[in-house]
Amino acid sequence: MSASILPLTLENVSYASNGQPIISNISLSIDAEPSTIILGANGAGKSVLMRLMHGLLTPTAGRVRWNESDGASLRRRQAMVFQRPVMLRRSALANVVYALAVAGVGGDEREAQALAALDEVGLRHLARRPARVLSGGEQQRLALARAWALHPEVLFLDEPTANLDPGAVREIETVIKAFDAAGTKIVMATHNLAQARRLGDEVIYLQAGRVMERAPIEQFFACPATAEAAAFMKGESPWV
Amino acid sequence: MGAIAEGLWRVLELDRELWHIVVLSLEVSFSAVLIATALGLPLGALLAVKRFAGRRTAIVLLNALMGLPPVVVGLLIYLLLSRAGPLGELGLLFTPGAMIIAQSVLVLPIIAALARQALEDAWREYEEQLRSLGARELEAAFTLIWDARFSLVTAVLAGLGRAAAEVGAVMIVGGNIDGVTRVMTTAIALETSKGDLPLALGLGFVLIAIVLAVSAAAQLVKEAAQRRYG
Repeated sequence: MSASILPLTLENVSYASNGQPIISNISLSIDAEPSTIILGANGAGKSVLMRLMHGLLTPTAGRVRWNESDGASLRRRQAMVFQRPVMLRRSALANVVYALAVAGVGGDEREAQALAALDEVGLRHLARRPARVLSGGEQQRLALARAWALHPEVLFLDEPTANLDPGAVREIETVIKAFDAAGTKIVMATHNLAQARRLGDEVIYLQAGRVMERAPIEQFFACPATAEAAAFMKGESPWV
Repeated sequence: MGAIAEGLWRVLELDRELWHIVVLSLEVSFSAVLIATALGLPLGALLAVKRFAGRRTAIVLLNALMGLPPVVVGLLIYLLLSRAGPLGELGLLFTPGAMIIAQSVLVLPIIAALARQALEDAWREYEEQLRSLGARELEAAFTLIWDARFSLVTAVLAGLGRAAAEVGAVMIVGGNIDGVTRVMTTAIALETSKGDLPLALGLGFVLIAIVLAVSAAAQLVKEAAQRRYG
């Protein structure tokens, strides 16, 4: 087991589905320090790029490489929160316990760790409630707790607040910031500029499956280097 | 109507012989469904989750096996269990054990195929999440079974319906021996051929009532659980 699974390196990664190119020849390196925002319009390939990084998809060309060769250890040390979290048909607590069990945490430690994770996202009082009857915001926080319980080094977030009301968005962002502060590397896809500014240190701007630009967050918003990024921000701004 | 009433009355009179038939029927069919469920749900789940060469052929085959003719299954089990057959030494032919085996074989493809369909739909929803958490195929399969348990009730009920209703297989491997292997369906067939239509009808109604009661109970449990767990 290596000290860190980062950096994550993509070498000329492409992905096509049914002959349609979705990701085209992306090479980049993700390092431990800054939280990374993958920014882009719907259909730019953000979700697919994250799935390629997380290992849910295999690139049709190129290589995704971590600083860790043991597959099981690699899986255990990264987590992903999806836009629409899938809750198992059991209690909120049991959902977190399940993730710990799959990751190989011993039986007598699971419940305590799961409760601690629920505490972290402010859901302890709903621990015994069936997960599927929780509200959208609560379910997303539970998904964060489920990911957090494993103390991953890298946490991928795929538009985690896309379907939520402003109050729930604030709660989710607070939790994400706490994870960031605790030293977890955040990689988040979003098309929301304000959210990108609130949570990110650097931006990878994606358009039509290509990386157009990568820059520190302030620099990106102050003066985007590409016309495409500038146009995207202009178009996106009215809804922020 | 008179015949129906008479038949029902004779069944409900608690005639010991008749009750023995009813109880044996339930024992055989429920045991067969239990065995077929224990084997069929994991089989269906693995077919839903695992990707391997020949998977599509396996699914087509399994779906086709749902239509196995009971008499053919009965015949095959008969050959296996007959004194000269490979399993003849077990001495199971013409015992309830043989009937349970035959019905398990009949019901297994039904439960496995219907479970495969239901779990494949669930897998579409769960796949990324479970793979992201690091669940292996076998773990994922059992997670799916537990999470889709409400939809699987229907698959098991379909299996029970098949077991309770079939006559060909139990007739051949059980032999319809009075007091030993006579069940409701074989008794109905026999009484009909003997001309005792009221008794045949009475048994028929008991059979339908039992299947209906089980189905209703399962539906109620399913609805209550679904309300609770979402």
